[in-house]
Amino acid sequence: MIAALERIRSDFWYSFLKSPITVVSAIVVIVLVTGCMFAEIFAPHTPFDPATLDIMSNQLPPAWEKGGDPSYLLGTDIQGRDVFSAILYGGRISIIVGLGAVALSVLIGVTAGLVAGYYGGVADAVLMRIAEIQFSFPPILLALLFNGVLKTILAPQAFEHAAVPILILAIAFAGWVQYARVVRASTLVEREKEYIQAGQTLGFSSLYIVRKHVLPNILGPVLVISMLQIAVAIVTEATLSFLGLGTPLTEPSLGALIQAGGEFLFSGIWWVVVFPGVTLLVLVVAFNLLADWFRDYLNPRLR
Amino acid sequence: MSEHVLNIDGLGIEYPHRFGAFAAVDDVSLTVAPGEIVGLVGESGAGKSTVGFGVIRLLGAPGRICSGRVEMQGTDLVSLSDAEMAKIRGRRIGIIFQDPMTSLNPLLTVGDQISETIAHALGVSGREAWSRAHDILASVGIPDLDVRMKQYPHQFSGGMRQRVVIALALCGDPELLIADEPTTALDVTTQKQILELIREQCHKRNLAAVLITHDMGVIAEYTDRVCVMYKGRVVEQGATAEVLNHPRHDYSQRLIASIPRLDRKDRRLVAAVNDAALDLHDEIDAWMKADRTGSSAGPADAVPVFQVENLTKEFLIKNAIRPKNREYFRAVDSVSFHVKRGEVLGIVGESGSGKTTVGRMLVRLYEPTSGDIIYNGRTYADVTGTAEARRLSDDVQIIFQDPYSSLNPRMRVRDIVAEPLIYHKWEKSASEARRIADLLLARVGLPEEAGQKYPHQFSGGQRQRISIARALATRPRVLICDEPTSALDVSIQAEVLNLLKDLQEELDLTIVFISHDLAVIRQMSDRIVIMANGKVCEIGDTESILANPKHDYTKSLLAAVPRIESVLTGERIHE
Repeated sequence: MIAALERIRSDFWYSFLKSPITVVSAIVVIVLVTGCMFAEIFAPHTPFDPATLDIMSNQLPPAWEKGGDPSYLLGTDIQGRDVFSAILYGGRISIIVGLGAVALSVLIGVTAGLVAGYYGGVADAVLMRIAEIQFSFPPILLALLFNGVLKTILAPQAFEHAAVPILILAIAFAGWVQYARVVRASTLVEREKEYIQAGQTLGFSSLYIVRKHVLPNILGPVLVISMLQIAVAIVTEATLSFLGLGTPLTEPSLGALIQAGGEFLFSGIWWVVVFPGVTLLVLVVAFNLLADWFRDYLNPRLR
Repeated sequence: MSEHVLNIDGLGIEYPHRFGAFAAVDDVSLTVAPGEIVGLVGESGAGKSTVGFGVIRLLGAPGRICSGRVEMQGTDLVSLSDAEMAKIRGRRIGIIFQDPMTSLNPLLTVGDQISETIAHALGVSGREAWSRAHDILASVGIPDLDVRMKQYPHQFSGGMRQRVVIALALCGDPELLIADEPTTALDVTTQKQILELIREQCHKRNLAAVLITHDMGVIAEYTDRVCVMYKGRVVEQGATAEVLNHPRHDYSQRLIASIPRLDRKDRRLVAAVNDAALDLHDEIDAWMKADRTGSSAGPADAVPVFQVENLTKEFLIKNAIRPKNREYFRAVDSVSFHVKRGEVLGIVGESGSGKTTVGRMLVRLYEPTSGDIIYNGRTYADVTGTAEARRLSDDVQIIFQDPYSSLNPRMRVRDIVAEPLIYHKWEKSASEARRIADLLLARVGLPEEAGQKYPHQFSGGQRQRISIARALATRPRVLICDEPTSALDVSIQAEVLNLLKDLQEELDLTIVFISHDLAVIRQMSDRIVIMANGKVCEIGDTESILANPKHDYTKSLLAAVPRIESVLTGERIHE
């Protein structure tokens, strides 16, 4: 038993360490996620607290440029906010939205896929038709629509407060279909296996069979898509924020930072837009590479 | 040297992996003369197919030939370049693979496929190739060639398709034929025709052939010489009759002894290893026999356990909104039989005969379209309450065919067996249920620490034992065994069959044993039902049906089974 665990674990590490690009991606992801999640500890300034802002030190270039201030590593924006701290706080919102949206779409998508795949019949037909209709719209359009509708319904004040949950809802709503389709397909395969039928002859209820037997055996592909989808969700959030539909300017995510900084790109203070942009790029690419490796690891035929 | 078409000398094939290399084939030497059929026999993992793929140099990556020579009339195939080798495959060596479904291109008509190969191999024109294709297909016994050559592979049956594959192998007019399990995917009656065709072609064309198979009966009837392989090595080779009659090596002796015989009923099959099931299991046997409800008064012995009347099952093959446009396939057609208390009833038939569907209806995995199944006087259709339905499902359990998909790969074996006990809250606590699960695992002959492992850590035979333990956890009275050993090697099959026999005797179980293998049925059953195309052909005592078959189908089935007895001398074969 211990030997088997040992083997699985060593297999995991072997495959992981054999791919340097994956190791680098993992380190990048860990550093960025820790840095953003504990922004209070790592950020040298609290950029969105007006009391700490110093209007005199606005538009400072990065520390290594002429005129830079070492306490503002990546420079400051026109209001004197520290860009490095803003990236950490903004990254936290992006990551929370990414993880939250993926978690929610997994919940919706997996449930729908299990029901459609295991029970079949009318439930299958209805759920999959909804999924297909939704699949024919670009996800970003659906997120825009969802966001826009909520924005008109809610009072502006309430909308600002609820910006993060609304983003999560909107992106999850746009992303569940992928899970539903994959889970349905895997469930159809598992349902025909004899251990499921053995469960039926042993008198287990179908809810129990789905939960205890089907679900654990279809999680592999779900995990892989989830890792890819985290990157997609972060980009979707950035896009929405960039279009002005995301987080309020008092609490900007990476996308909102890019949008706000974009206005100054040609007025010489390039650092307010380039650094958030690079951070977003690195984060998304690292998640993608990690997901790619994970997919190959779970699918031994590709090795 | 030149009198042999193929001369393999000290062949070694290894699969490198990160801890070293796995030697799949180790120091194998054999020769094949023109007109001779040499059998390569062994259990799965013995390396017999790897030898075949090594000769044609089509080993899957990362396998490679690490030592030895493969000589074909003086040319060493190992030293040839890939391009030179490609010219030998198909021209000098013809190859027949196991699965006739996947060895033909589904997008080409059969005639195009054969004539294309001929044009390529012999460099003749299209018209010439077509007429030669016609001749070759005629010689492998395909009728209506003017129509058939313009058809696609999916329009051919499995046996016909394998004939096409043989024709394809013969296109380049080869000197050597390699057949890798050519009939494993086919029914026995088709198997006989295909093997006879291969033998006939070998004799007519003076072809040397290597026949790779796990089936000793096939070896006995169709090969001149045989190589017995075990763990990558040839443990014994010689003339087939000699090896089968006087096996010298320990492994070949056990292998031959564990083959179920069609000509006599053995009390126990000879198993390759000692049976752990012979140990004492008083506690678990008492637990098994005790009735959950406490009322021990079952129905009288005279009442059959199962009374099956006019059972019919139709599957929807084409759906439509209007019921009259729907199309159905009748898998089981008015089947009637009964199962006596404490007996083993065998159901025999080829694939598509409906035997599995009957088994699944007996455990209520399928609802019958019409007809009745009466269990202990209660008709299935009348059972509505969940309590009674559960009681029924406890009493009748099933053991499935595929040991690889019948266990949840993500659960520990102990939890798999304890699951019904915990789910139905039959035992006081989960720990008590797990203790009983351990006893059940020991009862079916698994080692003590087995419960803590996961299914993938067990071999096929051991997994089948786990399935049996799980089925026993509900304390059933009837076991439906649906081809429980057809995925297993012959020596493992003997162990599992012995276990089922022991359990049946010691726990007073009734067994419905479904199989395509007459010899296995012969060893297990008291009575047999012979099925074909969803209908029952014949029912009767095993002895009398085998000695005196009445139905034509039974007769042809019996005649088609390849028998090891045919070459065994010194023992009476009674008809």
